[in-house]
Amino acid sequence: MKQKNNQNKKTNRNIVKNVTQGLLHQNALYTVIAIFFGFLVGGIFLWSAGFSPFEAYAKLFNSVFSRPKYLIWSVIYATPLMFTGLSVAFSYKMGVFNIGAEGQYVVGSLAALCVGILLDAPPILHVLLCMLAAIAAGMVWSLLVAILRVRFGINEVLSFIMFNWIAFYLSNYVINTEVIHKVGGGEASKDIRQSARILLPQSVLNILKNDKANYGIFLAIIAAIAIWFILTKTTLGYRVQAVGLNPHAAKYGGINSNKTMYIAMSLSGALAALGGAIQLMGNSMRISQFAGQEGFGFQGITVALIASSHPIGCIFAGLFYGAMKYGGSKLNLIDAPTEVVDIIMGTIVLFIAISHVFRYIITRRQKKKEDN
Amino acid sequence: MEKTSHIASNVVAVQMTDIVKKFGNFVANDHINLTVNKGEVHAILGENGAGKSTLMNVLYGLYKPTSGSISIFGSPVHIENPRHAIELGIGMVHQHFMLVEPFTVTENIILGMEPTKGMTVDIKSARQQVLELSERYGMHVDPDAKIEDISVGMQQRVEILKVLYRGANILILDEPTASLTPQEIEELINIIHNLTADGKTVLLITHKLKEIKAAADRCTIIRQGKYIDTVDVEAVSEHDLASMMVGRDVQFVVDKQPIEPGEVIIDVQNIHCKDYRGVEVLKGLNLQVRRGEIVGLAGVDGNGQTELVEILTGLRKGEAGKVIIGGKDLFNADAHTLFDKGVSSIPADRQKHGLILDYSVAYNLVLQNHDLPPFSKRGILKKDAIYKHAAELTDKFDIRGAEDGVKEVGKLSGGNQQKVIIAREVTNDKDLLIAVNPTRGLDVGAIEFVHRYIVEQRNKNKAVLLVSFELDEIMSLSDRIEVIYNGKIVGSVPGDQADEKVLGLMMAGGSKHETKEQSEQKDKPKYS
Repeated sequence: MKQKNNQNKKTNRNIVKNVTQGLLHQNALYTVIAIFFGFLVGGIFLWSAGFSPFEAYAKLFNSVFSRPKYLIWSVIYATPLMFTGLSVAFSYKMGVFNIGAEGQYVVGSLAALCVGILLDAPPILHVLLCMLAAIAAGMVWSLLVAILRVRFGINEVLSFIMFNWIAFYLSNYVINTEVIHKVGGGEASKDIRQSARILLPQSVLNILKNDKANYGIFLAIIAAIAIWFILTKTTLGYRVQAVGLNPHAAKYGGINSNKTMYIAMSLSGALAALGGAIQLMGNSMRISQFAGQEGFGFQGITVALIASSHPIGCIFAGLFYGAMKYGGSKLNLIDAPTEVVDIIMGTIVLFIAISHVFRYIITRRQKKKEDN
Repeated sequence: MEKTSHIASNVVAVQMTDIVKKFGNFVANDHINLTVNKGEVHAILGENGAGKSTLMNVLYGLYKPTSGSISIFGSPVHIENPRHAIELGIGMVHQHFMLVEPFTVTENIILGMEPTKGMTVDIKSARQQVLELSERYGMHVDPDAKIEDISVGMQQRVEILKVLYRGANILILDEPTASLTPQEIEELINIIHNLTADGKTVLLITHKLKEIKAAADRCTIIRQGKYIDTVDVEAVSEHDLASMMVGRDVQFVVDKQPIEPGEVIIDVQNIHCKDYRGVEVLKGLNLQVRRGEIVGLAGVDGNGQTELVEILTGLRKGEAGKVIIGGKDLFNADAHTLFDKGVSSIPADRQKHGLILDYSVAYNLVLQNHDLPPFSKRGILKKDAIYKHAAELTDKFDIRGAEDGVKEVGKLSGGNQQKVIIAREVTNDKDLLIAVNPTRGLDVGAIEFVHRYIVEQRNKNKAVLLVSFELDEIMSLSDRIEVIYNGKIVGSVPGDQADEKVLGLMMAGGSKHETKEQSEQKDKPKYS
C-alpha cells in the first residue's frame, strides 16, 4: 500500500520522462537533426565558395514554393524516387540492401520504351502493357540476383552493382538500334506513342500550366499503401520481416526463406522498374544515351533511409528529395552550383547513418543523469 | 603467499553493508548486507534476476553501488574497476570462459601479465608457477595443453588458475557448474575445498541447491533484490533453501503416473552426419521414442546432440540414415514438413532459433501457424484471432509482461521468453515434442513450470525427447534414458533405475559395467 502511494507520486514525473525518452528513441527526431546538419554543411560549402547561403536557400525555397506550377514540378521529380525508395525500403525489411534499384529502374524504363514505341495499342491498354513489361523486366533483373545469392551464395551487393552496369550498357545498346533510335535525334530514342503516355488530360495541364503533370504520383501513393498493407497485414509481410529480423528463427519456424526471398526481391525489382516506366511515360517520353548512371536508384536508397524504410514515409521523403532536386536545378540562376543539393543530401545520409551515435550519446547522458 | 590452514576463521574477508544499486527506476539491489568470513565457501542463492550477479559485479568493480559501503579485510574500500578489485585480491570466474583457444594453458594464464626475461617472455618459470599452483589445489591441469584440446571442466580450472595467478584471495565463481558433468562437478567441489583449506575465500553464485549443500558453509539468499537471510547450510534442507529463494513452497517431485508406452512415434535409424569441418559427429545413431514416454538423451555437450536435434527439426542435412515418422522416411526433410508431420520442438537457443525478438509475443506465438486459419485467410493476417490467441496463452501460461501479446518478446525476461516458446509448442499439440535444454538459465519457479508441461505432454500420450546437459533434469523426468557419446547411443537405462555415477561414466565414454576405480585411473594425469 505504501509503495502504491509512492508510485502515484512518481507517476507524473515518469510520464514526462517516458515521453521524452520515447522521443529520443524516435527515428523522426534524428532525421530532422540530420536534415538540419545537411543544410548547415551545404551552407558552409556555399559560403566557402563565395555564395551567400541565405540567398541560395531562399532561391531553393522559392523555386519550389513560389508557384503551384513549381510545386507540381517537384512532385513530378519526386515520383520515380518514391518508387525506387519503396523498392529499397521493402527489400531492406527482408535484410537485403537493394543497391541494384538503379539497374532495375533502367531495365524497367527500357522495357516500357520498347513496348511504347514498337507496339500500337489503344490508350489505356497500351499504358498497362508498358507497365507490365517494365514490371516483368524489373522482376527478372532482381530475381536473377536473388537466385545467384540463394543457389550459389554470391553476395547480392556485388551482383546488384554488376547488374546496374549491365542494364546501363544494355540501355545504351538498345536505344541505338535501328527500330528504337530516332533518325536525326542525336543520342536519344524515338518518343513513345501518345497512347503510352500517362499525362493528365490536356485541359487539366492547361489549368496547371504544366505540360508534364501526370498520373504517376497517384500510382506511387497506391504502391506505398500496397507495400504498407503487405508488410503489416499479410502473411507474406510476416514472413518477409521474420526472415529480415531473424533468419534462423524463420527457418526453424518452417518459413521457406528462399521462396520468401524470391518473392520479395521480385516485388522490390518491380517497384524500381515501375519508377523507371513512370518517369518515361509521364515525363521524359524518350531515353537518351547515358553518359553516366542517372542515379534514380541510388537516390532511392537516400529516400528509404530518410523514411526509415517506412513505406508511407517514402512518399514524404520522396517529395523532399524531389523538391530538392527541382529547386536545386534552379540554383544556377544565381550562379550557385546545383551540386550543393548533392552535398546536402549526402550529408543527410551520412548523419542518418551515424544517427545511432547521436542516439547513443543522448541516451547515455540521460541514463547517467538517472544513475546519479 | 602465506599459508593459513584453517577453515572459516572469524576474520571477515568481505563486508558489504546496505548495498543499493539502481538502474533507472529499477532497484536491482535493495539494502543488501553480506558478511563473508575468511576461508569459507559462501553461496549467494537467488532466482534469475534476483540481483545476485549485480551484487557480485558491485564487489568486482564492474558496477558502482548507488549507496552502501564495502570493506575488504576490515579496511573500507571504493572499488573503482575490476583492475582495482584484482589489486585488492578479488578475482572472478565468469560463467562464460574468456580463453584464447589456440593458446596453451600457461599462455592463457599469464596473458596480460607475462613474466619477462630481458625482451622475451619467461615462459619456463611461468609454466613452473602454473604447475605449482595447479598441484597445490589438486587441479591436475597440463600446462602445455592447448585450450581447444581440453574439456570444459579443465578450461574452468584454467580460469580459476588465472585468477589465482593474479594473487586472488577472494574468488567469485559465477554459476560454475552450468556445463559440467557430475564427475567434473564433484572434482570442482574438491578443488573449492582445497582452496578454502589454504585460506582462500570462495563466493559461489548459483541457483543449484544440491551444490550448495555439497560445497558451501553458509548461504545468503536474495529475492527480488532484497536480502532475505544468511543461513548455515548444515542447518537447513534443500527444500528450505528453495522456499526461501522463491518465497513460496516449491514442489520438487514431478507428479508422474506410470504409463505403458504405446506405438513408436519416431524411429531414427543409423544416422550419419558431418559437422561444418567435415568431421563425422553422428556415427550411425539409432533412437526410438514411443507414445506416452519421455526419453532423456544424456550426454556431455558436443557428442552429437546438437546435430541430431537439428536433423530432426529440419535445420540441418545429414549424410545418411532414416527418420521414420508415421510410416514415412522424413530424413533430411525441411522444417515445415517435419512440423507438419508432427514434430514440435523447444530449441536449445531460444533467442537464435526460438523467437524473433523484435516481433510481438502474439506474432511469435503463431510462428509456424501464421499462414493457417484462424490466424490468416487467403494470405491476409487475422489480427483479431492472433491477439485473442495471444491473450489466451499469456493468461494460461502466465507469461508476464506480455501485455496481452502486444509487447516485443525481446523485452521479456528469459524465463518468460521460454514460456512463450513452451506455450507455442505445447499448444501446437504435435505427436512428438523435442525439448533441448528447456530449463537452461531458468530459475526454480520457471523450471518447475517447464517440467510440469513436459510431463503433461507425456501424460497426454505424446512422445517427448528430452535433450539436456542437466543430468538431474534427465533423471527426474525421463521414463527411459539413452546416453549419447561420440555420435552414438552407448547405453540405455530405465528412468527409475538410473544412477548418477553410472550415467556419468557412460557419458564420459565408459561402458555401463566399468568400475569406479578404473575410471579414476583414467583420469590420472599423464605428465609431471
